Amino acid sequence: MNWWHRLLRRNRMEEQLEKEMRFHLEQHVSELIANGVTPSEARRRARMALGGPEQVKEECRDARGTRWLEDFWQDFRYAMRMLRQRPGFAVVALLTLALGTGATTVMFTLVNGVLLKPLPFPGPDQLVAIHGQSVEWNTELFGRQNVAYLDFLDCTRSSHSLNFAAALFNGGTVSQPGEPEYIDLRETSPGLFSVLRVPLLFGRDFLPEEDKQGAAPVAILGYSFWRRHFAGRPDALSSTMVLDVKRYTIVGIAPAEFRLFGQEADVYTPIGQDTARYLQNRDAHPVHVVARIQPGNTLGEAQAELALIGRHLAEAFKDTNGRRTLIAEPLRPEVGDVRSTLWLLLGAVGLVLLIACANVASLLLARAVSRERELAMRVALGATRGRLVRQCLAESIVLGLSGGALGVLLATFGVRPLVAFWPGDLPRAEEVQLDWRVLLFALAVSVLSGLLFGIAPALRAPFKDEERTLRAGARSIAGGSKRLHSAFVISEITLAIVLLVSAGMLGRTLLRLASLDPGVDIHNVLVARTALSPATLADPAKTRAAWKDVLGRARRLPGVQSVATVDTFPMREGDNEQAYWTSADLPPNDKLPFALMTSASPDYLDVMRIPLRRGRFFDEHDDLGSTPVIVIDEVLAQNAFGKEDPIGKRLWIPDMGYASNVFEIVGVVGHVRHWGLAGDDQAKIRAQIYYPFSQLPDSFIHRWSELMSIAVRTEIPPLNLIAPLRSELKGAAGDQVLYNVHTMEQLASDSLSRQRFLLLLFGVFAGLALVLACIGIYGVLAYLTGQRVPEIGIRMALGAKPNSVIWLVLRQSLRMIFVGVALGTAAALAAGRVLQQLVQGMQSIEISTFAMTIPVLVLAALFASFVPARRASRVDPVIALRQD
Amino acid sequence: MNPKSDLPQGTLDLLILKVVALGPVHGYAIAQRLELVSKHVVQVPQGSLYPALHRLENRGLLASDWKDTETGREAKFYRLTGKGRAQLEAEAASWERLTEAVALILKLSEGGAE
Repeated sequence: MNWWHRLLRRNRMEEQLEKEMRFHLEQHVSELIANGVTPSEARRRARMALGGPEQVKEECRDARGTRWLEDFWQDFRYAMRMLRQRPGFAVVALLTLALGTGATTVMFTLVNGVLLKPLPFPGPDQLVAIHGQSVEWNTELFGRQNVAYLDFLDCTRSSHSLNFAAALFNGGTVSQPGEPEYIDLRETSPGLFSVLRVPLLFGRDFLPEEDKQGAAPVAILGYSFWRRHFAGRPDALSSTMVLDVKRYTIVGIAPAEFRLFGQEADVYTPIGQDTARYLQNRDAHPVHVVARIQPGNTLGEAQAELALIGRHLAEAFKDTNGRRTLIAEPLRPEVGDVRSTLWLLLGAVGLVLLIACANVASLLLARAVSRERELAMRVALGATRGRLVRQCLAESIVLGLSGGALGVLLATFGVRPLVAFWPGDLPRAEEVQLDWRVLLFALAVSVLSGLLFGIAPALRAPFKDEERTLRAGARSIAGGSKRLHSAFVISEITLAIVLLVSAGMLGRTLLRLASLDPGVDIHNVLVARTALSPATLADPAKTRAAWKDVLGRARRLPGVQSVATVDTFPMREGDNEQAYWTSADLPPNDKLPFALMTSASPDYLDVMRIPLRRGRFFDEHDDLGSTPVIVIDEVLAQNAFGKEDPIGKRLWIPDMGYASNVFEIVGVVGHVRHWGLAGDDQAKIRAQIYYPFSQLPDSFIHRWSELMSIAVRTEIPPLNLIAPLRSELKGAAGDQVLYNVHTMEQLASDSLSRQRFLLLLFGVFAGLALVLACIGIYGVLAYLTGQRVPEIGIRMALGAKPNSVIWLVLRQSLRMIFVGVALGTAAALAAGRVLQQLVQGMQSIEISTFAMTIPVLVLAALFASFVPARRASRVDPVIALRQD
Repeated sequence: MNPKSDLPQGTLDLLILKVVALGPVHGYAIAQRLELVSKHVVQVPQGSLYPALHRLENRGLLASDWKDTETGREAKFYRLTGKGRAQLEAEAASWERLTEAVALILKLSEGGAE
């Protein structure tokens, strides 16, 4: 039923009630007349007998039980009328609320999509992730580990309560059909799609007989890769493609929305066909394992069974599994450090909403005070106080809901730009949508904010002594509301200071971080992953030659100053961590210090312009025939040798896998901020070791070559070099590919993108808060000063100067500002603690941050109060005294 | 004339149901019947009749139609619903039990006083 129908029905019921009463009275009257009573006397007696017709009707309405609905409707219409009567007030209040709820809804939409929504698989609560845990390794550094492939196979064979699936992250070059392209590869066990209950878009999953070494190569394409590389043609299915010199038959295409561990892969192949040796080693743990709990089993039972399997493996394979356990945990979306950013922003936007509420509350209060006499009149006429409170609340809820509706409208337009603007890739961005949860949230926020800003004015209004109010003139009733008004202004200032100081802290942090020395010269450096021609990777000698060829070709390009190969980069994901010690007498594993290992060619120092502190970097004489050498950074030199000269000393790196794991230190170089400008100072592992690619044993060449990059120092803008570099390095077969191409400037700037993004949004919120708070202060002071016009008139009539009147008003606002600043400073200290914990590179709160931000607010607030103060000083005493 | 006593709580509903059970009847006629009864015993304020009628209608014990009276005027006639009839029987039975029990107790106490 819509509002109009309810209204119609209500009118009909009212009519019938009226008719029924009239019939009763007329019957009674005519009967009395028939008995000889005079008509006027008869009417009097009939009315006496029935009682007041309005009271009877009211009781009938109550008895009908639809009373609340009618009242609500009445309140609603009344509220609409009140809003229409004061369009200025309505527009200001609605815009304020729309801004507040809109911003909050946008942030919540992100929180909902990224953090709250369950995984996009059917029956997500039955899915678990399987991890290995070992007592030996310092798990604080490494966290949970993945699983050895052989352990995964044993789990699959012996478990009854779990259905397992494995995925191995890998890469490769698709050289046919089309342009050669380096692809993101997942090697999966058959049944991955059925365990996740994701139906393929076309084709089928891998068969168990395809999951064996030597079986016919088959592949499933990721949706985006299919669209990109095969133009989305359905006949891609059952056609073939060449991936790393093997020809695969395409048997399936994954659906568009399919993402595993937050990423969409390009190609899936059966993991069982992979002949890599590390898959047969129980000491290597490269496989991601997920599992679905079988119907009829609980998580607890599955965990118990898995622990049992882990114990059996530990007994059977003491060397590798002796101190390892397997654990199952509910599978959760991987969102990384986005979590804290999102909650932080939702918190900040919540503060803006609170300020908006305080603003509207003070506006409403000002109106409630001016309506005091109207409300008192209604109490005198018999309205109950509860009824009046309800009506005032109805007004604010109508206001809140309309503001909320506008806010949702704003949010529908605001979500996409924010996602697009997010630094880096927002995980689960595809799931950020307005859904019922968001609408429910917006509704709750609107109603709650309506209650929040409505409750004080509503409760206050009817509790005044109505007789006094009715008799009083405007001048005598202003006093009581002053405290509430000040409370609103104070809370607005407090909240605005929290946001201003937070923004100030972020700004200072960003300035400081941006001025840090990254340890390398980031200008004019291009870095790119390089996938060698797959045909060369089989033979280590060929591979070494291929890298020499790559370096030679790149060096000959015009505009290239120097070029080097390197496996891991500063400020980009991917690193190799190894434990080291200064003697052969190793302490227990969990006491070993760790360093970041970088394998590079001799020119790397030149390309990155890392300062050489002592000794030398690598040269062409460091090869397989000479002593294995390393170069360490200042941090490691300080940690391991203190003031001693490290040159000529030796390091033991037990897990290097070389014939001899002892290395001679030949040089010390400057520290590089590997973890980015923001993160490096707090990183757990900072020490760095460089070792020459040319001394890498043959057995490692293949694996290392899969992850190798080239770094180029250029004489021209590095972006101009990408195209020539690409075509020059294509190789004889045309299947050598550059991918993940960046400039070092980009990487350095990206390492601060989170801080920059937070600063921008906090800055916007703080600006918004400042404006809202100023509007609030202005509104309240204008109102309070208006109430004091007669008093000011008397003062001026008695000889007060305009300046002293200005001071009178300013003093009032200064008091509020002072209290607000004091409270805000305390709250900002607490907020700063939170920021420090959640944002990398955040510095402790400095006095100067307060010194910079608080005057901004005080000045703005004083400016906002100066306007009403000046107006007050121009009051004409004669008019003022006549006002009432 | 006996002093009138107030109607015990809840009995107005019972009386209305009883009167309406005799056939469709409008508010004024119900008031007249009750008046007739109450002249001798209890006070039925006309003012509380209509709220009671609306309450009973709202609870589904009474239904109503607009019909013409003998004098040709349109009036709201109340009639008993099935639910109303069941309620009337239940309440009448419990009323009788109650009055019997009360009468019994009163007799006992008189006997005890003698």
